[in-house]
Amino acid sequence: MTTRARQRKRRGQVMTVFTWIAAAVAVIPLVLILAQLLLNGLGQLTPTFFTQMPSPPGVRGGGVANAIMGSILLVAIAMSVAVPIGIGAGLYLAEHRRGRFAQVVRLLADVLSGLPSIVLGIFAWELIVRPSGHFSAWAGGIALGLLVLPLVARATEEMVRLVPVALTEAALALGFSRWRTALTVVLRTAMPGIVTAVLIAMSRAAGETAPLLFTAFGNPFWSVDPSRPIAALPLQIYSYAQSPYDEWRAQAWAGALVLLILVTIISVIGRAVVGARAKLLSAVTPRVGRVDE
Amino acid sequence: MQSPLGDRLYRTITTVCAAAIPFVLVLLTAVVVRAAWPALALHAGDLAFGSTWDVPRERFGAVPAIVGTLLSSLIALAIATPLALGVAIFTVDIGPRRLHEPVAFLVNLLAAIPSVVYGLWGVFVLIPLLRNTIMPALLPLGAVMPLFRGPAYGPSLLAASLVLAIMILPYIASVSREVLRAVPPTQREAALALGATRWEVVRDAVLPAARSGLIGGIMLGLGRALGETLAVAMVIGNRHAIPDSLFDPAYTMASLLANEFAEASSDAHLSALMAVAALLLLITLLVNVLARWLVQRVATGLPGSRWT
Repeated sequence: MTTRARQRKRRGQVMTVFTWIAAAVAVIPLVLILAQLLLNGLGQLTPTFFTQMPSPPGVRGGGVANAIMGSILLVAIAMSVAVPIGIGAGLYLAEHRRGRFAQVVRLLADVLSGLPSIVLGIFAWELIVRPSGHFSAWAGGIALGLLVLPLVARATEEMVRLVPVALTEAALALGFSRWRTALTVVLRTAMPGIVTAVLIAMSRAAGETAPLLFTAFGNPFWSVDPSRPIAALPLQIYSYAQSPYDEWRAQAWAGALVLLILVTIISVIGRAVVGARAKLLSAVTPRVGRVDE
Repeated sequence: MQSPLGDRLYRTITTVCAAAIPFVLVLLTAVVVRAAWPALALHAGDLAFGSTWDVPRERFGAVPAIVGTLLSSLIALAIATPLALGVAIFTVDIGPRRLHEPVAFLVNLLAAIPSVVYGLWGVFVLIPLLRNTIMPALLPLGAVMPLFRGPAYGPSLLAASLVLAIMILPYIASVSREVLRAVPPTQREAALALGATRWEVVRDAVLPAARSGLIGGIMLGLGRALGETLAVAMVIGNRHAIPDSLFDPAYTMASLLANEFAEASSDAHLSALMAVAALLLLITLLVNVLARWLVQRVATGLPGSRWT
């Protein structure tokens, strides 16, 4: 082996080692964070934590029942706004792939999903809270919905594009109208994938805090009235973490653990649905490939 | 069997849904800029050049928040980019094939952790670690490098940058991975046929072809870092001053909004915060449009993106 060849080989080895290190270093924070969550949160997870209302500072016990309820309500509002519009937009994007308008919408959907969530919160504040004069679950839900909308739209587009063209053509050849083909054949075939995307988007909305600071605002009491301020799990974690009381800080860890467990469960269900989709598609067509154009 | 009415209705509905996205963006920009208008008209000079933030006296100098935003994001980018590119190369070209998916999955999990959980971890784990171990170890360097001057409280520009780096790493890594995988296999095979080593294939055939997409991915990470709010608000120290050292507490535009917006009572204060929001919105809009454009160029294989 010439010196030059040896040099090239050594350089390759150095870079290979670097990528190994990068992969290891990237995974370390995940391990650290998960370990801390389990360490500090697990002991606090008692039945009362889920069923009780928050206790006053310095008093042991108490729970986050109202925050869990509030989060569910906020996410429900967000999803009921964003999912139908998102799916409609996704269908449009998939059908007008190369259209100029579709390209603009696609770009802007990606841009929207990259905007700071706090700006979405300020928008919802100016749009709903300021005119109505008080914080509300509506405003919080809408802010979260804007966050979810582009994710659902883009995911629907990707999933619809995976549906084999032959399937659409078969339906049309049988005399199905375009809209019935779209809804009963295309959308239904793509549905498991869309459900996955919706679940992932949902878990992102459930973990968001910044846009809720001045929309949902938080509420120490039980409330299910969407026109009033409402508690949310991430908000509760935020205020507990910044409190000087040990009991509340401990509850912040427990809340964070609950939040992470919720987020994980949602995405595990999502993954299960992805598996179902693969099976469904392979049952529909013998060979499933990405069909473009 | 055809039902033109149904088809027309279907087309109208999907078009309206698609139009909702640009509509939201335009409305968002218009609403925020309009609300910021009074402050822009009255305090534009102060906002852009002032560094005193004194609400009762209506001094709204946004320079410390702007500088803090840019500094924390750029430092985070400097930490995260090499790691993220390393991860992407590892999970596409270099690492053992059976580790590709698991490593990518684990790194993606970082993106699923809510911001507030990062903040919590930052406050109770990272900051004590910085204050008790890392900062004291680096302080002697402060004699030669002003970057590491004390006092070392813990909540600091450094803490925020580290948390941000962890948070944006998965985004940069997953976009880079997508872009690297979009490079046609023939490109790699050609380099291999010429006798390139595995690393040379990456360096000479893959990276140049993916370059604009990789830059797009990095800018996407930058966009995330600029707008990240709570995790930063919890660890950066929230001080209205331009930091002189990595150990100094600082402020960002997003955390300023998170801390003051709900409590803003005077119209002037509110409008000044709106102006900060408008500026943040415009910066992130620009960064995102540019980033997406670069990524789409590679993903759709436009000429000029594949060969350099």
